[in-house]
Amino acid sequence: MKANCWTGRNTVEIERVPDPQILNPRDAIVRITSTAICGSDLHLYDGYVPTMKKGDVLGHEFMGEVVEVGPGVSNLRPGDRVVVPFPIACGNCWSCEHELYSLCENSNPNAGIAEKLLGHSPAGVFGYSHMLGGYPGGQAEYARVPFADVGPIKIEDDLPDEKVLFLSDILPTGYMGAEMCGISPGDTIAVWGAGPVGQFAAASARLLGAERVIVIDRFPHRLRMAREHTGAETIDYAETDVLEELREMTAGRGPDACIDAVGMEAHHPNPAMYGYDRAKQAARLETERPYALREAIMACRNGGVVSVIGVYTGLADKFPMGALMNRSLTLRTGQCHTQKYLRPLLDRIRNGEIDPSFVISHRMRLDQAPRAYEMFKNKVDDCTKIVLTP
Amino acid sequence: MSAPYDEHEARGLARALGWMSLGLGTAQLTAPRAVGRTAGVDDSPVIRALLPLVGLRELTHAAGLLRGHRPTRWAWTRVAGDAMDLAILGTALRDRRGPRRQRVAAATAAVAGITAIDLYTALRARAAAGGTGDLHLRASVTVNRPRAEAYRHWREFGNLPRFMTHLRSVDDIGEGRTRWTAEAPVKSTVSWEAELVEDLPDELIAWRSLRDTGQGPGVSSSGSVRFSDAPGGRGTEVRVEMTYAPPGGRVGAAFARLFGEHPEQQVRDDLRRFKQILETGEVARSDARPEGFRARGFARERPAQPVA
Repeated sequence: MKANCWTGRNTVEIERVPDPQILNPRDAIVRITSTAICGSDLHLYDGYVPTMKKGDVLGHEFMGEVVEVGPGVSNLRPGDRVVVPFPIACGNCWSCEHELYSLCENSNPNAGIAEKLLGHSPAGVFGYSHMLGGYPGGQAEYARVPFADVGPIKIEDDLPDEKVLFLSDILPTGYMGAEMCGISPGDTIAVWGAGPVGQFAAASARLLGAERVIVIDRFPHRLRMAREHTGAETIDYAETDVLEELREMTAGRGPDACIDAVGMEAHHPNPAMYGYDRAKQAARLETERPYALREAIMACRNGGVVSVIGVYTGLADKFPMGALMNRSLTLRTGQCHTQKYLRPLLDRIRNGEIDPSFVISHRMRLDQAPRAYEMFKNKVDDCTKIVLTP
Repeated sequence: MSAPYDEHEARGLARALGWMSLGLGTAQLTAPRAVGRTAGVDDSPVIRALLPLVGLRELTHAAGLLRGHRPTRWAWTRVAGDAMDLAILGTALRDRRGPRRQRVAAATAAVAGITAIDLYTALRARAAAGGTGDLHLRASVTVNRPRAEAYRHWREFGNLPRFMTHLRSVDDIGEGRTRWTAEAPVKSTVSWEAELVEDLPDELIAWRSLRDTGQGPGVSSSGSVRFSDAPGGRGTEVRVEMTYAPPGGRVGAAFARLFGEHPEQQVRDDLRRFKQILETGEVARSDARPEGFRARGFARERPAQPVA
């Protein structure tokens, strides 16, 4: 089959690789009909995530048709149309029983390596480094899906791929980011990052009853999308002092909750500030450039919540712990416990409460993945989200 | 093992030596002349200059022995210091005659006596810390299943090779004895017999290997696995402790580590697989690691491509 493989920093290539096989009783094989490139794939593309190997198949947002199931999978059969959540979860461990699916204790075969870097291991993830299991991803024609009786959700009506594909990651991730804010009536929520996850975080904050949503980014097309599709107000951080503007907009209080939908490769309008963390990152003295996180903490109102859904992998410097502690802030975070949100969000899509396809800017063939990564990374042609079809 | 008692005694001795170092060091630093006279070496300017330095060395020992995290380790630095003192005194003894020679001889005898005590303490400490070349390791995991089920799965020794990947087979040969066959480096196997030392249902299984069975070099090991209820309905806490003599002793173990063998990691990974089987019914395998996971496998891990 054809698959999009990571072949080193800033390069991906379409390669012919062997078809996947059932290895365990609870596996299924899915023929992929739609797959997407995630912003977090750019962290791999840019070479910031350790334990990648040349030839690793990328992709953790995919859906398709079941073509084969192991003897332990009784709820799916060949022909079923499914969306596959990005964290692999067994459904049996303590974490899964408590709906902390991205912390599944049994799905990461390389838990020992993750433990060394992170203290304890999270769940295995498709196409996201060997530290998280070394599972081939879904930017391919087929994928092997472990614990297929727990993760994939069946799509039984005729909703098109584009409306349900993002259940695999970015819609639930944005939703969880808003949910962690514990929104009450009258709340103002600020969202750093107007990429697809930020868009869904903003839209979800509205769904969950936020009075005002403010989205911060520097790309006009993304800010426009946020205004038009999520009803958010926007701040262009390249033009405006964000902390001052947020203070003005909330009459000195600060946003009740702040969502970091940016993560480890943030930018900063001040070249000196940007250069400082960029240099440390290049020298591997820190793995993150946490401008968005620092700003979110500083901006948040006293006693508010900082919700982190942008991806971080290691160590961040100049972390404003004093602000967090002295102002009674709550820091909530996590890789999305996607399985928990599949059913309720599918219902919301079906009811017309949200149509996630608004983030798609480009549709391309899987063969064009190398060009697609380049476009997505450099925001060529107002690129926001690319869906690939094999 | 009587390790705790030995360790205690070794620490006591180390502490006594610490006080001696403190006294000697203080005397050498504050009154080098008097010390030199007593030892019969006050006529040598070189030794007179050396004495305060030796005093400083003794104070370092004292600090290490009295306050250090692992006082027994410092006993070895004392042995080294003794060797140096004996060398200096030996040289001094050669060039001296008469009463001065007698004083040097007396000092040499005293230092030799102290050396014996230092050496004894150091050896004792090493033995207490398992200096026989045996390795000890422990690992634990929490399994989200009832205690009885975890115990039963382990007690059925034929199950062990499913989660202990280095094991080929475990066969019951009757009378509480089992024959174990394991993979060894360079694609060979080792085989040994083991007997059940203790078996408390739902609580504890302890085993010990028997002498060589004539096939291969044999493996000397003993170990136990304990099962206890995790608090608040979190399942079962499984704790493994093992003592074993690695082939080639400590040097062999260090060498094996260089090539990716990591015994603690191996046992921890074994326990993780035990948990996976009990909780999910299968061992998690990614396509990059189709054989399951173990520390050694990571070095050989291939790109995450589907299985051929």
